[in-house]
Amino acid sequence: MAERTGRRKLSEAWFAWMLVAPAILFIAVIVAWPLAETIRLSFMEADLGGEEFVGTANYTDLLDSRNFHETVVRTFYWMFLSVGLKLILGLIGATLLNAAIPGRALFRVLVMPPWVIPIAIGCIGWLWLYNGYFGLLSGLGQRLGILDGPFEFLAYKQSAFYSAIVTDVWVGTPMVTLFLLAAMQGVSRDLYEAAWVDGAGRWYRFRRITIPQIMPVIVSMALLSAIWTFNSFEIIWILTEGGPRGATTTLIVDTYKTAISNYKFGEGAARAVIIVILLALFSLIYLFFLNKVNRKYGVK
Amino acid sequence: MMDRYTIPQKIGLYIAVAIFLTFILLPFFEMFMASLRPLEHLFRSPYQFWSEDFSFQAYSDMWETVPLLGRYIFNSIYIASMVTAITMAFVVPAAYAFARMDFPMKSATLGIFLAVNMFTGAVLLIPLYRVLRTLGLLNTYWAMIVPGVAFLIPTGIWLLRSYLEKIPRELEEAAYVDGASRLYTLRRVVLPLAVPGLIVVGVAVFIGAYAQQFLFAITFNQTRELQPLPAGLYEFIGYQSVTWNEMMAAALVGVLPVMVIFLFLQKYLVAGLTAGAVKE
Repeated sequence: MAERTGRRKLSEAWFAWMLVAPAILFIAVIVAWPLAETIRLSFMEADLGGEEFVGTANYTDLLDSRNFHETVVRTFYWMFLSVGLKLILGLIGATLLNAAIPGRALFRVLVMPPWVIPIAIGCIGWLWLYNGYFGLLSGLGQRLGILDGPFEFLAYKQSAFYSAIVTDVWVGTPMVTLFLLAAMQGVSRDLYEAAWVDGAGRWYRFRRITIPQIMPVIVSMALLSAIWTFNSFEIIWILTEGGPRGATTTLIVDTYKTAISNYKFGEGAARAVIIVILLALFSLIYLFFLNKVNRKYGVK
Repeated sequence: MMDRYTIPQKIGLYIAVAIFLTFILLPFFEMFMASLRPLEHLFRSPYQFWSEDFSFQAYSDMWETVPLLGRYIFNSIYIASMVTAITMAFVVPAAYAFARMDFPMKSATLGIFLAVNMFTGAVLLIPLYRVLRTLGLLNTYWAMIVPGVAFLIPTGIWLLRSYLEKIPRELEEAAYVDGASRLYTLRRVVLPLAVPGLIVVGVAVFIGAYAQQFLFAITFNQTRELQPLPAGLYEFIGYQSVTWNEMMAAALVGVLPVMVIFLFLQKYLVAGLTAGAVKE
């Protein structure tokens, strides 16, 4: 009997590995191999002409560069601000779409477009909105007397950065909204009814039932969203290409510019490796705190 | 009773929804308005909210300005569909193994898949270019399909695994007792039960594949006939004289087919997400 269970276990392991193997192999060729290659390149002076080993020079150059420090800080600022806004708006949106009001089925459909269309297409719309002479925002601002003249949103450092944030939030919010909405609908009605019978108001029920119940989804959504936002490329590239004067250059844009636009493959690779290291560190720290949060809310 | 709102509360809710949706839909409204303005009035300052000469002219002219528009729309949907089909072929068996079986290094492998989320294509662009060149895939549909698949497999596994875990084990065990093989059970018992979950994950993968074609397309493909919609249209933005009204019209018409599909699928999608795809 024991032998049979043992054999069954072994064959199960084989079968499981056969099921997982194709996916692993695919990832190995398309992600792991390029990653190894990136690490190798990061120790090279590499361009179209060829490669030459330079040790850690690419890294020491970066660590000494003030520009690069600013880029790192800017990237984290970009990530925290954008993810924070996405979560807040997503939570508000999900709560609104979850409210029992006529028309909510329609509202749910209307939230989806930014999520389901190509990011680049949405950016074309924003490009026009931000235009100082013909765009709606500048036009409305002038009509309402907030602006004295045409305002090019993407031409100044500050406004370009925050405009890019708004667009990034716009792209990311619908997905967060729908996932949080799904989580809210999964919360048992019994909990709400019990609280309601006890005379708990809406705000109290939201704070004490909804939020703790959907906390696991909020935190996992936050991590995924943070990683995606950190690496958000298309939006910045289409709106500003990292300008004006580097104001919207995040790490990923910097990497792309260095490696693809300027053909400095080695220096680009070093930046890519740093992105991976920073994200890995961030995820580890995050998961550490996640464990604490989970314990506090009694989630396994 | 519990869900009843007073009239002021209702008004407040609708106002809040209106503000929220204004933010979400504003760019589309702006694109639509721009597409209606004749080109010479598009660049008119100061800004005019309403013009008397709105017309749908751009919607017929765009087919000449962007002769490959139909092709771009097709390419986008074709690439996204291929990515979805291939991704699901990898994801379904793997997700099943992660949901149901015990095997050595299980959590390590799962961790690797989740870690892949950390590298978007942009990080690995240079070596990816070389890999695709080695495989002889540059400037083909595959150049855009293959990387798309790789970066969507982890998300797919993550979503489908938690869905499969919700299916009661007893059904499979009953099949084993009857002497069914593992493969047979997977095909005939588990998959039919998982259809709603498969649709949700499939739709999520399709959205990912459809929304994020731009980078791979502009980097790995130079063949104009193969470009997906965003890359095809982006090319025009660099031109000296962009006929913006036609660009907007083309962009809106370009995403229309997929929007219509989602209109029909959305009920499924929200319901499916609720059913357990994200709940732990």
